[in-house]
Amino acid sequence: MTQAFRIPSAGRLDTGRTLDFTFDGKSFTGLEGDTLASALLANGVHLTGRSFKYHRPRGILSAGAEEPNALVGIHRDEARRTPNVRTTIQELYAGLTAVSQNRWPSLSFDVGAISNLGAPFFSAGFYYKTFMWPRAAWERLYEPVIRRTAGLGVAPDKPDPDHYSNRFAHCDVLVIGGGAAGLAAALAAAEKGASVIIADEQAALGGSLRFESGAEIDGRPGWEWAQETKTALRARDNVRVLTRTTGFGYYAHNMLGLVERLTDHLAEPSPEAPRERLWQVRAKRVVLATGAIERHMVFPDNDRPGVMLASAARTYLNHYGVAVGRKVSVYTAEDSAYAAAIDLKKSGTDVLAIVDLRTDPEGALVEQARSLGIDVFAGHAVTGTEGRLRVRRVSISPVSGGPRRELEIDTLLTSSGWTPAVHLFSQSRGKLAFDEENQRFLPGEYVQDAVSVGACNGTSDLAETVAESLRAGETAAKETGAKKRKTVKFEAQASEDWSSGMAGAAPGAKSGSKAMAFVDFQHDVTAKDIRQAVREGMRSIEHVKRFTTTGMATDQGKTSNIHGLAIASEMLGKPIPQVGLTTFRSPYTPVTFGALVGHGRGKLFEPTRRTPIHSWAEAHGAAFEPVGQWERAWYFPQNGEDMHAAVARECHTTRQAAGIFDATTLGKIEVVGPDAARFMELMYTNPWQKLAVGRCRYGVMLREDGFIYDDGVVGRLAEDRFHVTTTTGGAPRVLNHMEDYLQTEFPELKVWLTSTSEQWAVIAVQGPKSRDIIAPFVEDIDISDEAMPHMSVREGRVCGVPARLFRLSFTGERGFEINVPADYGLSVWEAVWAEGQKYGACAYGTETMHVLRAEKGLIIIGQETDGTVTPDDAGLNWAIGKKKTDFVGIRGLQRPDLVAKGRKQLVGLKTTDPKTVLEEGAQVVADPDQPVPMKMIGHVTSSYWSENCGHSIALALIEDGRERMGEKLFVPMPDGVIEVEVTSTVFFDPDGERTNG
Amino acid sequence: MLLIHCPYCEEERPEPEFRHAGEAHIARAENITELSDEEFERHFFIRSNPKGIAFERWRHMHGCARFFNAARDTLSDKFLVTYKIGTPKPDLSGEIRRK
Ligand SMILES: [Zn+2]
Repeated sequence: MTQAFRIPSAGRLDTGRTLDFTFDGKSFTGLEGDTLASALLANGVHLTGRSFKYHRPRGILSAGAEEPNALVGIHRDEARRTPNVRTTIQELYAGLTAVSQNRWPSLSFDVGAISNLGAPFFSAGFYYKTFMWPRAAWERLYEPVIRRTAGLGVAPDKPDPDHYSNRFAHCDVLVIGGGAAGLAAALAAAEKGASVIIADEQAALGGSLRFESGAEIDGRPGWEWAQETKTALRARDNVRVLTRTTGFGYYAHNMLGLVERLTDHLAEPSPEAPRERLWQVRAKRVVLATGAIERHMVFPDNDRPGVMLASAARTYLNHYGVAVGRKVSVYTAEDSAYAAAIDLKKSGTDVLAIVDLRTDPEGALVEQARSLGIDVFAGHAVTGTEGRLRVRRVSISPVSGGPRRELEIDTLLTSSGWTPAVHLFSQSRGKLAFDEENQRFLPGEYVQDAVSVGACNGTSDLAETVAESLRAGETAAKETGAKKRKTVKFEAQASEDWSSGMAGAAPGAKSGSKAMAFVDFQHDVTAKDIRQAVREGMRSIEHVKRFTTTGMATDQGKTSNIHGLAIASEMLGKPIPQVGLTTFRSPYTPVTFGALVGHGRGKLFEPTRRTPIHSWAEAHGAAFEPVGQWERAWYFPQNGEDMHAAVARECHTTRQAAGIFDATTLGKIEVVGPDAARFMELMYTNPWQKLAVGRCRYGVMLREDGFIYDDGVVGRLAEDRFHVTTTTGGAPRVLNHMEDYLQTEFPELKVWLTSTSEQWAVIAVQGPKSRDIIAPFVEDIDISDEAMPHMSVREGRVCGVPARLFRLSFTGERGFEINVPADYGLSVWEAVWAEGQKYGACAYGTETMHVLRAEKGLIIIGQETDGTVTPDDAGLNWAIGKKKTDFVGIRGLQRPDLVAKGRKQLVGLKTTDPKTVLEEGAQVVADPDQPVPMKMIGHVTSSYWSENCGHSIALALIEDGRERMGEKLFVPMPDGVIEVEVTSTVFFDPDGERTNG
Repeated sequence: MLLIHCPYCEEERPEPEFRHAGEAHIARAENITELSDEEFERHFFIRSNPKGIAFERWRHMHGCARFFNAARDTLSDKFLVTYKIGTPKPDLSGEIRRK
């Protein structure tokens, strides 16, 4: 028999519209409109999971987003296996496949439950204390075992095949929560003419009207009113209604993050449809109508399947038409749980007893329960439960002492009161105020333009809620400039009240008790654990939280935080507000990475920058490497060469004949104006005033603290015009650095800065034959050594297009860099390449560029420097204008630590075995036989095989390195110690004869 | 994501167009080479980092590219005012008391 617990006369679902689904391979039937939880309960299934630490059987606790226990995996196909889905949120669809988690081999028989027997050893702080040492055991033994036995679902092991969408929206009034409060506020704001967005996490609006049987609004049953209001709102042009949409984050300046679930409820989602949509909404006013979350009672063994929240049982009955059990009792300390007993009793369910901690409960609900023949045990507590996979018996005792009594049941509903959902308010940085009488935190001082209404504001009466929400909606609309005179007004009434209740442990779980009375179900934290944390010295709730991990599971303690706080407060003998409240952080409920990332993944993760010559490199078989966002030709393998062979050939060919290199990615800044030279003097360590027009200089840029920030060759094109080059990665920050000084420190200087990085394609031709190769293409420029020596620049034409021709060298060979407008880059390259072929030239990539410059001891910013290297450390003292009275960094250079002895200085390293190539980043020591940890005196910054030198070469930063020339040092590596000798940084052509041709 | 009013563009634009640029109203010392080590430390490294109203620099990086100053309440992230470089530091003592 299927759906044995479905009551046809109850609920709002159509019993004719059935859907089949499976749970752990077993087939079940539910109804359209069910959640997975309601469909399981309709079939009498409470047991849905095993707990995190003790593997205790757990059932469905709630009917909403707060669910800590009933998490399952939903499997659609090989790639779509979503873990930790709350059954209370997952809507049923035909063919849904759910599997339980955290159990082996099966849900009803679980080996891991042995840790339940070991519970006394698994107490608070257990992980911190037990698994500390030895450290190796943590990696090899403890962590893998703990990860397998504890924990939640299994992460999918395939890439997410779904796609996710992203939208920005603006509105006058954003309403979070579509219950009575939210709907009333949205309606009032919309009638005033404001643009409104209302979002609710459920598939239908209505909130608690879903279960509040006695609610009546504007002369209709509450749920009906909600559906009609939603329809009316949807029909308006100035309102957007978002369902299945959770407001998960409240950020600065009234920006909220919402996630809309679009396909998780569908049996066969269209592959084109996004799975979720992230909304980033900027609202002039925010109305928070997020309701309240019911708390369970904390008593011994309160976690057995069949023990659930009272409001959840009412939801399953009144909305889904499901009786959560046959023999039900209620355990409470407040009124609203009585309504659950009454509704169930009226539906024909056997309600044995209401156990009420209060000695003298009174009021209409209490009377009604009694008149329906439900036994009310006032001043009683539930002191224990029995039942392995489902609760079957509870013991109750008078609080003041007296004989124990036992009740045979299959379901126990509990409620200790309602916790206002102040998560978003708190995220908005609002200050919470403690309501002593009702033991709850309420919105106090607002920091952003928001207002809270209804249960999240502590308003527990429906009539008051509606009146307050109508006012708030209207005011919010008016404040944003809405002018329509229409005012909405209607009456509401309900049969119950949500105030009162208790927080903390109930009798039977009080101090001294050894009982497992759970506070946080998902992380298996008991009242005893929290007391132990206090006993071990935790004073702040933030420490208690981290020590016990209470509230740190995926439910973020929605049902448990107040209990944990109350128990800690009792132990500390301090009032709750003094113990503090842990910080609420986004997201309110878990959000998929997919939704946050949206389209920004794969090729759209970040733009790829390519030079105009990229297609040529591709066609000529280049291997590419990413350099920042650039994709650069790394090397050009030929005839099956590996990287080593290709780079060796390119290095050799460039020094023997010539090499052609795409240097387009270099940053370029045009510094122009009557004060350009003065500005350059301030920005670089070098002197510029006397640099002749047509000459170049290698410039070093510092930060004010004296450390190297960037470098590059600068050419002076005219008295008032400099062509500045920067490192490939440094272009934006160098321009920002220059603009900063120009705009804010030296605004009197007449200088203009323009980024020209992408205007010029740069073709470097390096090697003894470089001049011969470019000669046929150069017009109007005399490129003889006499007319155009090393470090000079000329403007003219190359291949008939305007060009800036630099004579410079990053290789130590005679070299030119042809700058032509980017659109001509490819055709000029092709012409140069064709001519180069006649001279045996090769194309080379970034790897060869690196090797050739290292052979000459030329540094690369970010490789030889790391933000703590001075010009002197790098051997660049010569680049500092000694007569200059000011430049950025001039004072920083004099700081005591920067002039002290013992700084690491750039030197060369030669391995004793010429074939051994050091590893970049490897540490260098003076004595390899010293005990570990050794004193490290430096590290390798660059290291290559040098085909031209016939041995490996390396650059390193070594303590007092320049005083160690010829000294033997050591590089300890996992497979042995490598001996090296300290040398000059220049390995090839030390006198620089080749550069000058 | 903040909304920032650029005093040059004269409109509110979203934060991704801007880049934060540190504390405002710290002029580079005219006599920087004459500062003692202690003076240089205070001048270059020490920043106020207040809880409450902070004066800071922003650059409208992906807009007009200008640097400007702002007074922002670090508790609420609300901007009290943004103003052009060279404008004197506004007197917000009234605002501070009100907070
Ligand atoms: Zn601007």
